[in-house]
Amino acid sequence: MASAAIPANQTPKTNYLTNGYGLKSWLLTTDHKRIAVLYLISVTVFFFLGGFFAMLIRLELLTPQGDLMQADSYNKVFTMHGMIMVFFFLIPVVPAVLGNFLVPIMIGAKDLAFPRINLLSWYLYIIAGTLFLHCMLIGGVDTGWTFYTPYSTVGSNTNVVEAGLAVFIAGFSSIFTGLNFIVTIHRMRAPGLTWDRLPLFIWANYATSIIMVLGTPVVAITIVLVAVERLFHLGIFDPKLGGDPLLFQHLFWFYSHPAVYIMILPSMGVVSELITCFSRKRIFGYKFIALSSVAIAVLGFLVWAHHMFVAGISLYAAMIFSFLTFFIGVPSAIKVFNWTATLYRGSISYATPMLYAFGFIGLFTIGGLTGLFLATLGIDVHVTDTYFVVAHFHYVMVGGVLMGYLGGMHFWWPKISGRMYPEGWAKLSALLVFVGFNLTFFPQFILGYVGMPRRYWQYPDEFQVLNVLSTAGSSVLAVGYLLPMIYFLWSLRYGPIAEANPWNAAGLEWQTTSPPPTFNFDETPVVTWEAYNYDEIAPKELEAPVGR
Amino acid sequence: MADSHATTLEPEAHNPALLHHFADAQQQKNAASLGMWLFLVTEIMFFGGMFCAYLVYRLAHFNAFAAASQQLSIKLGAFNTAVLLVSSLTVVLAVKAAEAGNRKQLVTYLVITVLLGLTFLVVKGFEYAEKFERHHVPGPTFSFTDTFDDGSQKIPVNPNEAQLYFSLYFAMTGMHALHMIIGCGLFTVLAVFAWKGHYSPGYFTPIENAGLYWHLVDIIWIYLFPLLYLISRHR
Amino acid sequence: MSKYLPLWPDQASTMAGQVDALYIYLLLVAGVMTGLIYIAVTVLAIKYRRKPGQDAHQIEGSTILEITWSIIPFGVMLTFFIWGAVLYFKERTPPADSTEVYVVAKQWMWKVEHMEGQREINQLHVPTGQDIKLIMTSQDVIHSFFIPAFRIKQDVLPGRYTTAWFKATKPGRYHLFCAEYCGTNHSGMGGDIVVMEPQEYAVWMAGGPSAPLPETGKQLFASLGCSTCHRFDVQGRGPNLQGVYNKPVLLEDGRTVIADENYVRESILNPTAKIVSGFKPVMPTFQGIVSDEQLNALVAYVKSLNQPPTGTAGLQQPAAAPAQPQNTQVQ
Repeated sequence: MASAAIPANQTPKTNYLTNGYGLKSWLLTTDHKRIAVLYLISVTVFFFLGGFFAMLIRLELLTPQGDLMQADSYNKVFTMHGMIMVFFFLIPVVPAVLGNFLVPIMIGAKDLAFPRINLLSWYLYIIAGTLFLHCMLIGGVDTGWTFYTPYSTVGSNTNVVEAGLAVFIAGFSSIFTGLNFIVTIHRMRAPGLTWDRLPLFIWANYATSIIMVLGTPVVAITIVLVAVERLFHLGIFDPKLGGDPLLFQHLFWFYSHPAVYIMILPSMGVVSELITCFSRKRIFGYKFIALSSVAIAVLGFLVWAHHMFVAGISLYAAMIFSFLTFFIGVPSAIKVFNWTATLYRGSISYATPMLYAFGFIGLFTIGGLTGLFLATLGIDVHVTDTYFVVAHFHYVMVGGVLMGYLGGMHFWWPKISGRMYPEGWAKLSALLVFVGFNLTFFPQFILGYVGMPRRYWQYPDEFQVLNVLSTAGSSVLAVGYLLPMIYFLWSLRYGPIAEANPWNAAGLEWQTTSPPPTFNFDETPVVTWEAYNYDEIAPKELEAPVGR
Repeated sequence: MADSHATTLEPEAHNPALLHHFADAQQQKNAASLGMWLFLVTEIMFFGGMFCAYLVYRLAHFNAFAAASQQLSIKLGAFNTAVLLVSSLTVVLAVKAAEAGNRKQLVTYLVITVLLGLTFLVVKGFEYAEKFERHHVPGPTFSFTDTFDDGSQKIPVNPNEAQLYFSLYFAMTGMHALHMIIGCGLFTVLAVFAWKGHYSPGYFTPIENAGLYWHLVDIIWIYLFPLLYLISRHR
Repeated sequence: MSKYLPLWPDQASTMAGQVDALYIYLLLVAGVMTGLIYIAVTVLAIKYRRKPGQDAHQIEGSTILEITWSIIPFGVMLTFFIWGAVLYFKERTPPADSTEVYVVAKQWMWKVEHMEGQREINQLHVPTGQDIKLIMTSQDVIHSFFIPAFRIKQDVLPGRYTTAWFKATKPGRYHLFCAEYCGTNHSGMGGDIVVMEPQEYAVWMAGGPSAPLPETGKQLFASLGCSTCHRFDVQGRGPNLQGVYNKPVLLEDGRTVIADENYVRESILNPTAKIVSGFKPVMPTFQGIVSDEQLNALVAYVKSLNQPPTGTAGLQQPAAAPAQPQNTQVQ
């Protein structure tokens, strides 16, 4: 516990946490760090709510008969699990929490370019979230998170309009976050911080923001059209009235496919930070990782119809979209290879964030490769809309995104809270998450290929063993996710005080105090070094690795 | 902005419009205008979804769309187009006046812009009213009996497809009108601020950015007008 | 294959083996890739673990390596694409002489109609060794017709036909699932595909009472008054429908379309949408007058008019009409 006693400079100075204690000082703050903390609290609430629904799903699927709840309830449960996790957790989680906290600090700025818009983003998120909770309390919604027409417009008799409105508003929250990030990264960088010196986390958030700004408005208007159609009985997507339900799917996936990159790209950025720090290495192939983020963002807009290979699109359209989809594989593979290569001849520590980074590589590799199965036309026909797809996107979304997010949370927790978390418990949680995750979702690949369709409330008997395995895994996973929340909270009071730079990490965020002052830096830093200059950072401290 | 920040020493703290987290006025201006351009991009994507739906259905149901389109008044549409074009001019003049520091002119042009915007909305209101009278508003009361004349014969059209046209007509022009209303509100506020002397040749970013917004709304109309009013007029 | 822990689905169609072959190829490649990455990460993480007095060795990267590990995986992925696309083309192209079966989906059941007139609900009896083409539509929301043992799946949409085909190889009972979420009883919207030896199938089929589907369609064609305008002897007010199916049709506005199932369907429900060149838009719509089942019968009847080639089709046929099997998917 070498670091516990220090910095004398910290106690007397106010940091962003001690700059005002009243409720008003939080709810009306324009400080990006405080807004990040507000987001942290709210996305955590939604994560556990979504997780609760996930557990209900797994419990229902323990037995082949639908016995825990009614079919309608089950349909609402998986819909709300999906909507909460996608729109209220996965999309905002890394950009709005870690991104909000770190983007300005990492580029040496005092705040985001538009602090009030940043606060507005959070309020929009809260309004959307409240609306969604209200929608849930008055009976929920059962369309699946995809809102497919004509079920959502003429089939369902649940609160589709209100859920749609919530998603619409949440969309604007993420549009404003993306807009803020792009402007900040373009205009607010510290002197000397050129584009090729930016941390990869910044590149990742930049690419994410492009998707948020370009894609979200399209899904917003699409959802509006669904709501209008439902309210006024129009026929925009209803074939009975001359509309085309496939047009809805095109418009929906035009955003919602890139949206998966909104989720995964920032986590990839986190992993680049973790691997370099805990290998004490410059990143292997900086340029390629940075540009691959942008490439993913751009290519992500050209592949949406791969969700529709059996939906009734033309044979040749399907072939083109399949072909384009394989292009996305290249930048994703580049990242994984570069991270692996970064380990070579490093000085690798097994601190918790690094364990999460390893976990990310492990799960994302499987998630990414199974994505290729789905891009392969002949296979997709059989496995689409089965548990194979469910397993695939959970490997990427939950395995990938959450591994990155939790790794990042452990890495930057000392900076955010000024406290260290208990390393032993943290290692245990990383292990539980990895093992629990594989137990939960690997059987679902088999289940999918054997033919169990997704969104099934009851299923033929022969699928039971695999479902039981999956449910068993999910309970391990749940413990793995609960643990960090408990010990993070514990550490707020009992954790050892963190130094400014407990990992001897590169990056501007480590050059300010933990937690940082309200304006991040006492004076604007001037950057004269490349990102991840681990060869230049205090080698003598390196001798005493951060073991606690 | 939070107040407790004033303690940080900033050399150009005399500029009240400079927010604390920017290094200088130029950086602030650049950030604001980049932000505005990005916002306009999101607006284009937002309307893009509807344009896309429109194009798909126009291709699929051309006859019905052409027949329904002929129910619109080209005169009113053209008048509104002219009104909007003039209003874009007054916005440019307002920005120029702000740049020159001419407060009186600035306020005048802003007010004219708002008046032109309101004119547009009133005309649009009359058009909508006419749709109600003729049961061209989508919904249970919708009825459409007109035919499409392809030059040689009159082809009856499917009322559902005509209703689709009017659904998109109302969605697109309604969304556009909403943007007009927001724009009018924005310029009203700016006019009041301008009257109070908030802007100077060194700081008129809000006027500039609101102007960009107005031009975008104008441009969207420039696309809506031919797409909705002028289908198959060449026949 | 255990009954309680199935690791592989039944293979009961000609397509199943082909899909499995590609799947195994993908599994192998993915397995090797995953293995390589896992081993590399593990070995590197252990070998270069932090030791006192041993610093990291900085390496900036290598463009040659980057290009290598971009191009090689992409090459491998291209093999996935090509093999997958070829297979998909087969899956989506029913052989020309397939036996046709009409399927109507609704919340939450599958209604099946054989050409011979046999009707089934949530069951489909088929013989082995026969190409079966499914012509499907939905009465309400989107459903998806999924037979895991055949490795086929096709969304079923309201307001249009989509098609799928298979050739069963192994007698038995197989699951039929709805794979597109369709509301309350989505998971109950399943049934059985009963594959029988051809002789057994013939016996089963003979047990049915109904009239053949085209026959039903013929009666409807007369009773709805279609035959007053669509005549076979002289030129009526509507086009002569003999030999029209699957041929190109020149329209009034100059376009040419293929008269596939969806075109016939649209022409009944929305007659003025695509008027045949030289005719007047005088046909009334039958939307709301004929049910989906009746529509199927009418379509089957129009198609059956191709069988005795009379050579007197009343339509302008552009030269070199391609008669290859048309994929009836709507774009």
